[in-house]
Amino acid sequence: MSQKTPETLTGAQIVVRLLERQGVRTLAGIPGGAILPIYDALSKSTLIHHVLARHEQGGGFMAQGMARVTGVPAVCMASSGPGATNLLTAVADAKLDSIPLVAITGQVPRAMIGTDAFQEVDTYGLSIPITKHNFLVSSADQLLDIVPRAFRIAASGRPGPVLVDIPKDVQNQLVEVDEWPEPGCAELIPPPDVELVERAAAMINQAVKPILYLGGGVVHSGASKVAVGLAEKAGLPTVMTLMALGAMAVDHDLSLGMLGMHGARCTNLALDECDLLIAVGARFDDRATGKVAGFCPQAKIIHIDIDPSELDKIKTAHVGIAGDVQTVLEMLLPKIESPLREAWLARVASLKAAQPLRMPGVDDPRTPYGLIRAVADCLDDEATITTDVGQHQMWVAQAYPLRRPRQWLTSGGLGTMGFGMPAAIGAALAEPERTVVCFTGDGSILMNVQELVTAAEENVNVKIVLMNNSSLGLVFQQQTMFYGERIYASKFKGMPDFVRVAEGFGVPAIDLDAEIDPRAALAAALSTRGPMLIHVSIAMHEQVLPMVPPGAANKEMIGG
Amino acid sequence: MNSLTRTENQALARTVLELDVNNHPGVMSHVVGLFSRRAYNVEGILVMPVGSGETSRIWLLVNEDERLDQMVKQVEKLEDVLAVRRHGAEHEVFVRLEEFFL
Repeated sequence: MSQKTPETLTGAQIVVRLLERQGVRTLAGIPGGAILPIYDALSKSTLIHHVLARHEQGGGFMAQGMARVTGVPAVCMASSGPGATNLLTAVADAKLDSIPLVAITGQVPRAMIGTDAFQEVDTYGLSIPITKHNFLVSSADQLLDIVPRAFRIAASGRPGPVLVDIPKDVQNQLVEVDEWPEPGCAELIPPPDVELVERAAAMINQAVKPILYLGGGVVHSGASKVAVGLAEKAGLPTVMTLMALGAMAVDHDLSLGMLGMHGARCTNLALDECDLLIAVGARFDDRATGKVAGFCPQAKIIHIDIDPSELDKIKTAHVGIAGDVQTVLEMLLPKIESPLREAWLARVASLKAAQPLRMPGVDDPRTPYGLIRAVADCLDDEATITTDVGQHQMWVAQAYPLRRPRQWLTSGGLGTMGFGMPAAIGAALAEPERTVVCFTGDGSILMNVQELVTAAEENVNVKIVLMNNSSLGLVFQQQTMFYGERIYASKFKGMPDFVRVAEGFGVPAIDLDAEIDPRAALAAALSTRGPMLIHVSIAMHEQVLPMVPPGAANKEMIGG
Repeated sequence: MNSLTRTENQALARTVLELDVNNHPGVMSHVVGLFSRRAYNVEGILVMPVGSGETSRIWLLVNEDERLDQMVKQVEKLEDVLAVRRHGAEHEVFVRLEEFFL
């Protein structure tokens, strides 16, 4: 606690001061009746830049974009009732991907709570299952405790979203503040059990056919470097989940890329043969494992995770280590011998050679893989890549040469269409020196298309690559493959003119279809600062392959 | 659970969970929400404040289930849950209450 002369402040002023003290410099939101006192106080802040989203979900995803590239909790704000309900999808998305977020919502005055007052909804009750923790603030002096705690909880252990619901009269309540609390920081994690680390090291040293399986926790923990170090020292072929892409460069010798539903054949087949699976910051998600009984059926399992409830949740681990994955890997590394794994590495190399990821059309920028590689050819590893959800997301996950942790922002757990563009805006606000590319589809872009005007208003360096197949492509693909080609409700009959839509929102746009030299047009568009929409038509019949049928084991993949 | 008869249900092995929690209006929702979202029935609940009333103790009577270990870990993660202790079905807290449920 730092000493200051006592000040008499409103709850709203206290919130703003605490955010400033916390180091918040950019936040996104939309005002409304029940949060107006906080907005009034925010108007006087010279430190905080408020980004006016055009839908609360957009604001929530902008905050996620900031949090995902920095690893530091980011803030979004909404009013009561529909403001809060609109925010919930972005909060749930943060929960499933373990993103540190602090959502602040206005609530009707305390005396009106429970009366079905105008724009009243039970935000506290609604947000319980989709937050790491939540608060309904019942007096202004509590804010001095709750706001720093919200940041501490969001950042500590396994990160996640925290929601603080503040009734309007609490925002207006005057309180004398004698001293300010310290900003909320991540708490230290209990050290891992040394004996378990020893056992894990022995298992790795004895394994004949081990695989390292990296999850999003490696990125959250800042453990990418030590994870790559472990793979290199122990000679471990390495797979990554969707959330971990970038933790190891995809073109690293030991990388097998993404595993699971749309992983390469060689990746899933190598997993099928492994005798030891070392899961680090991964949670055995069903899109990664396929049918669990058929996932790494011969393997012993070492599972390292910061969240003890992830251990033994899906697969029982032979050694389960609760702890910060960076700390555990650093303890593990000196205990690792460098065994020759010639036979296993040769076997993996032969699988890679025989059954690699096939990328038809990779040399033609008018095909999905070709377009993604053409975009990558114009950029370096400093670029940040976001996606929406669907076929384009999986194609980018397969084909983009991701090489840097926090380079890759995608909605993994919740799979929220509409994530990509506002997340890209947030990423660009947090790291304005970078080029941020959002790959999206004609289905996804419309789910938060209103944020184009926010992109224009903030003049963010965001390039939206819109892959237009006139359909909900992944639905179309599943109906084609698993529903007897009964295509229903997945082909769009009406199609907006996306170039005019973008221009109407104040974002310059180009149509790559009309360009004679699409590579040159892409290079020019990507090197011009500011927002830009790049529209590209792709064929409706293009599929993401290979594909593991939902419910099947990973080795039963189709195509590719 | 719905398809089980009352007799069958009573034949299932039971566990008694004892939780120390912060005493505030949202804590019950946090705890029971973890069970309800997994369609995991809570057979009995008993809550009273402890000492000065800063904290409460929640007693839960639940069926033994392969999900119980995961449930306990999830309960332990809650910010307002200070401690979780597991007891066998023979624990007398619910037994002594039976006279109120005749």
